[in-house]
Amino acid sequence: MLNESKVMDLKDAVKKFVPNGSHICLGGMTIGRNPMAAVYEAIRLGIKDLHIYVHSNGQGLDELIGCNCISKLEVAYGGTGRAAPTCIRFRRAVQNGEIKYEDYTNFQMSLRFLAGAMGVPFLPTRSGLGTDIIGKWGFSGEFRKSDPKIPDEKLIVTDNPFKGWGCPKVVLLPAINPDVALIHVQKADKFGTCRITGALYADIEQTKASKAVIVTCEELVDTEEMRGKPNQNQIPSIHVSAVVHMPYGAYPTACYGYYDYDPFYLKEYAKSAKDEKLYKEYVEKYIYGVRSHEEFLKLIGAERLQTIKADPEKGYAVNLDRR
Amino acid sequence: MTIMAAREIHDGDIVFCGTGIPMLAAMAAKNINAPGSIMFFETGALDSKLEEIPMSIADSRVMYKTSSNLGIMEAFCTMQNRITGDHVVAILGAAQIDKFGNLNSTSLGDYFHPSVRMPGSGGACDAASFVPRLIIFIDNERRRFKKKVDYLTSPGYLDGPDGRRKAGLPDGGPAAVVTNMGVMKFSDTTKELYLANYYPGITPQKILDNMEFSVDVSQATEAVPPSEAELKILRERCDPLRLIL
Repeated sequence: MLNESKVMDLKDAVKKFVPNGSHICLGGMTIGRNPMAAVYEAIRLGIKDLHIYVHSNGQGLDELIGCNCISKLEVAYGGTGRAAPTCIRFRRAVQNGEIKYEDYTNFQMSLRFLAGAMGVPFLPTRSGLGTDIIGKWGFSGEFRKSDPKIPDEKLIVTDNPFKGWGCPKVVLLPAINPDVALIHVQKADKFGTCRITGALYADIEQTKASKAVIVTCEELVDTEEMRGKPNQNQIPSIHVSAVVHMPYGAYPTACYGYYDYDPFYLKEYAKSAKDEKLYKEYVEKYIYGVRSHEEFLKLIGAERLQTIKADPEKGYAVNLDRR
Repeated sequence: MTIMAAREIHDGDIVFCGTGIPMLAAMAAKNINAPGSIMFFETGALDSKLEEIPMSIADSRVMYKTSSNLGIMEAFCTMQNRITGDHVVAILGAAQIDKFGNLNSTSLGDYFHPSVRMPGSGGACDAASFVPRLIIFIDNERRRFKKKVDYLTSPGYLDGPDGRRKAGLPDGGPAAVVTNMGVMKFSDTTKELYLANYYPGITPQKILDNMEFSVDVSQATEAVPPSEAELKILRERCDPLRLIL
C-alpha cells in the first residue's frame, strides 16, 4: 500500500522478493555503492539460478558468481579497478563455461534500463556499430526463444528512418524490466523516498525499471526531512518495495560521504578468490560464518571501519593507505 | 609513457578517462601542460578536482568538487552530444590492438570458450564509437599488436578509411597509440598505424620485433623525454603512493 511503512528486516526482504531464478539487477558500480549487505544475505539464503543484469559491477557481482547464485549474466564490465582489474570469480566462471553471458557496453546497458523505466520496448544508439558486441551473441537463439523473460534478439541494427541526420544506421537495445533491483543509498525514509549523494551510476533507471526494489540505506531519516527538500530526492517512494536500515550496507565497497572502500579487504578477497582452498575458507568465514551483516561488521572490527571513515567534506577517507 | 600521453591533451579538451594509467595521464595533463582541460568519468562525475588518484572510475575520489555528479546516462550524453562531444578526448587502455586501432578488452581465444576472460567493454566501446580523438595506451608486445584481434570490443577505423562510415559510425577515431617504447599515429590516407616517435634507448627495429604486424617507421623520430619538472609533478603530485605508476 502506498501509505504504509516498507521497513523490513533484510533477510525477510530478500526471501520475499528474490526467489530462485529471479531476474535481478545490482545498483552501484565496481567499488562504489554496491548493495553488499543484500548480496551477502542472498548468498546465505542459498538463492540460485539468478539471471543478473549489470552495467559495470564489481564486488557484488563477483561474490554472487563465486557462491554459485548466478546462472546467466548480461554485463558490460566485470571488474573492481586496482584490486581486481577483471573480477576473479567472474573470469573463472566464464573460462570454465559455468555461466551463460552476453556482452554489451556501459551506455547500451544504461539505455536498456532506461527503456525499461520508460516503458518502451527499446532505445537506439550508435554505440558499437561494426564491433563484435553487435556481431557476437553470447546467448544462443534456442536459449533466447526458450525464456519468455528475455527478447529473441540481443539487439537489432536497422536503418535510421529519419534521413538527413548523417546517421544511416542505429542499434536498437531491448528494454530490461528486472524482477528485482538491489540498491544501497545514503538516505531513505520508511516509505522508500531515496536520496543519493555522489555519483548516481544507473541506480535510478534500474530502480524505475524493476518490478520490486530492495533499498538498504545508511540512514533511515524522518519523512519530513526528505519532503523538506524534494529536489534532492532522486527516487520517489512509489518504486520501492522494501527499505532496510543498514549502516555500512555497501561495505567493503565505498559509500560516498560515509566511508571509503576497504583496500585491505579487497586485496585479501582478491588473494583468496584466486585459490580454491583459500576461497572456501574466505566464504566460510565472512559469509556463511556470520548470520547477518551486523555480525560480519563485528568480525571486521570497529578499528578497521574507522580507518575507512569518509572525511565529510571530501566524501572519501583522505590519505587512506591503498597500496 | 604517462607523460607522452599527457602531452597529447590540450586546453579545452574534455577528457574521458578509463581506469588506471589513462586516469593518471589525464591528471598529469591537467597539472602540467593542459590546465584548461577537464576530466570526466562515465560514472557521471564531471570536472573532478582529483586531489587523490582514484582506484577506479567509480571511486568516491572522482566525485569531489565536480561541476556535477550525475549518472552514466549524462556522462555518455556529454560525449555523444553534438556540441560538447566535439571537445571530448578519450584515453583507453586495451589488451590487444590491430593496425586500424581496433581494440580488444573482452576475451582471448574463442569468445564462446575463452582462454582468458577480461572485464569487457565497460564504456570503452561507447567512447571509441563516438569521440573525435582517442588516445590508446598499450604495451608494445607481440601478443598485443595482432594482425587480427581475438574479439573486436572497441572500434578504431575497422577495416580502413571507409570503415567507420560503412558501419554507420560517426567520424572520429583513434589519434595516437602510446606504448612503453614509443608513440604511433594513424595515416590520414590509409588509417593504418605508423611509428611517429621512439623513446631514447629504443630503436624502431626493436619496436617492430615486438609486433605481429609491421608499420611504416620511415618518419619516426626520437621522442623528447619527460622533463624533470613533468616527472616531479607526476610522481609527487599525481601518484605519490605509486598506486598506478
